[in-house]
Amino acid sequence: MNMAARVYAMVLRYLYLMRSSWPRLVELAYWPTMQMILWGFLNQFLVEQSDWVAQAAGMFIAAVLLWDVLFRAQLGVSLVFFEEMYSRNLGYLFVSPLRPYELVSALLLISCLRTLIGVGTAALLAIVFYHYSIFDMGLALLAFFVNLMVMGWAIGLVVVAMTLRFGLGAEGLAWAVIFAVAPVSGVYYPIATLPEWLQSVAWALPASHVFEGMREVLIHGVFSSSMFMHAVLLNVLYLAMGGGLFMVAFRAARQRGLLLHVGE
Amino acid sequence: MSGSQTSAAIVVQGLSKRYASVTAVDSVSFSVPRGAVCGLLGGNGAGKTTTLAMLLGLLLPSAGNISILGEDMVRHRYRVLARLGFTSPYVDLPQRLTVLQNLTVYARLYGVRERRQRIKTLAQDFDLVDFLRRPYGALSSGQKTRVSLAKALLPEPEVLLMDEPTASLDPDTADRVRTYLVDYQRRTGATVLLASHNMLEVERLCQQVLMLKQGRLVDEGSPQELLRRHGRETLEQVFLDIARQADTDADAEAVTA
Repeated sequence: MNMAARVYAMVLRYLYLMRSSWPRLVELAYWPTMQMILWGFLNQFLVEQSDWVAQAAGMFIAAVLLWDVLFRAQLGVSLVFFEEMYSRNLGYLFVSPLRPYELVSALLLISCLRTLIGVGTAALLAIVFYHYSIFDMGLALLAFFVNLMVMGWAIGLVVVAMTLRFGLGAEGLAWAVIFAVAPVSGVYYPIATLPEWLQSVAWALPASHVFEGMREVLIHGVFSSSMFMHAVLLNVLYLAMGGGLFMVAFRAARQRGLLLHVGE
Repeated sequence: MSGSQTSAAIVVQGLSKRYASVTAVDSVSFSVPRGAVCGLLGGNGAGKTTTLAMLLGLLLPSAGNISILGEDMVRHRYRVLARLGFTSPYVDLPQRLTVLQNLTVYARLYGVRERRQRIKTLAQDFDLVDFLRRPYGALSSGQKTRVSLAKALLPEPEVLLMDEPTASLDPDTADRVRTYLVDYQRRTGATVLLASHNMLEVERLCQQVLMLKQGRLVDEGSPQELLRRHGRETLEQVFLDIARQADTDADAEAVTA
């Protein structure tokens, strides 16, 4: 028996859950699509009003789709883990041969799948509604996607660690944390717009480098390797911190007996 | 470790669990021979569930050593977890998954060979065939208990740890489950440690009984030894003697104070 088999078992468990409810499947794509439609209209309006926006058609649509990659990747980790807590299943999972890092691997994989379904659907509908294809960015899109997804995973693991440590009362963090990050990520405006002191905070986030890099591609047609590398290095750091925090919280849960009694 | 302990499936030495000012388990030591069925008895809050959780590694002990099938459960639990089964009313399975999906996931986690056949056999043994396609959350508490038992037995465990295994079952089903456990133990030579409030169940199944009170191991032996020592006819009377002895002691201390 190997690690891959156990990770697959957990992925299967989450696929069963997704399959069990079509409203859940629809919901995966619903919010990204609604966001895309809203920002699509705004984009159409601003293209006629602003020279800056007019430089790159579909800038806001690209921004909102990429932002949703980060958002959905984070939710894909945290909400799926909450399912184990709601169902009081952690006690059985952790007396099976499943290692904590195998559970985390399964959470990351299912987060990737959920994000692809949700944001992928919205991206395809953007072609239909606004004749804008984010896929025109080519390989740069893959670089942005991976970086934002990894950052979403890192935040998701922090949320999971907090919830494991403080119980389901902390589940609201899944929504709160991501909205705290949004204003300093430069999703819809350049980082230079922020006050100087806040810019240094922004540059400490991988997302800022991704969104600045996205604007470079859309406006100047140039992929910034420097921005990409900064994002990658920061993500390595944040993912290690997220994983470390999860392991610390897991050990604390074992010390306090929370794995047996955690639940609604 | 003595020779008798190395032939034991479960060896516990000086096991304690403290939460701030509360001592849930206090320097408990015992061993369960391979192939034995051992009952863990005690009133509410005696430390039965805490002890089981520490044996499994769900809870880290404040002090003491635990060895199961020769492995240190604090340091090397993953070497042995695939050979253990566990069921508890305090833990549940995913509600939205069907019974079959739940058993499939756990069969994969435990690396069960001939998975489908094993699930089919257990579904027949625990009368679950008609429920396999139903969401686990839609089952009655008795049906859920049977699913949890089937889950615990998926890997044909060498050691089975059970917390109140028949608590929510009707008398007929509970009796059939006990018969199944006896047969399973005889067929596989498995070691069983069960926490229970059902004294008849313990008398019927167990060769060894551990009595916990306020986190301490206060008595142990075979059911016959306990009956003889306490001069009683049933384990329930022995249980009440021990439980009420605590009250008598507390009253005496209060009067003295």
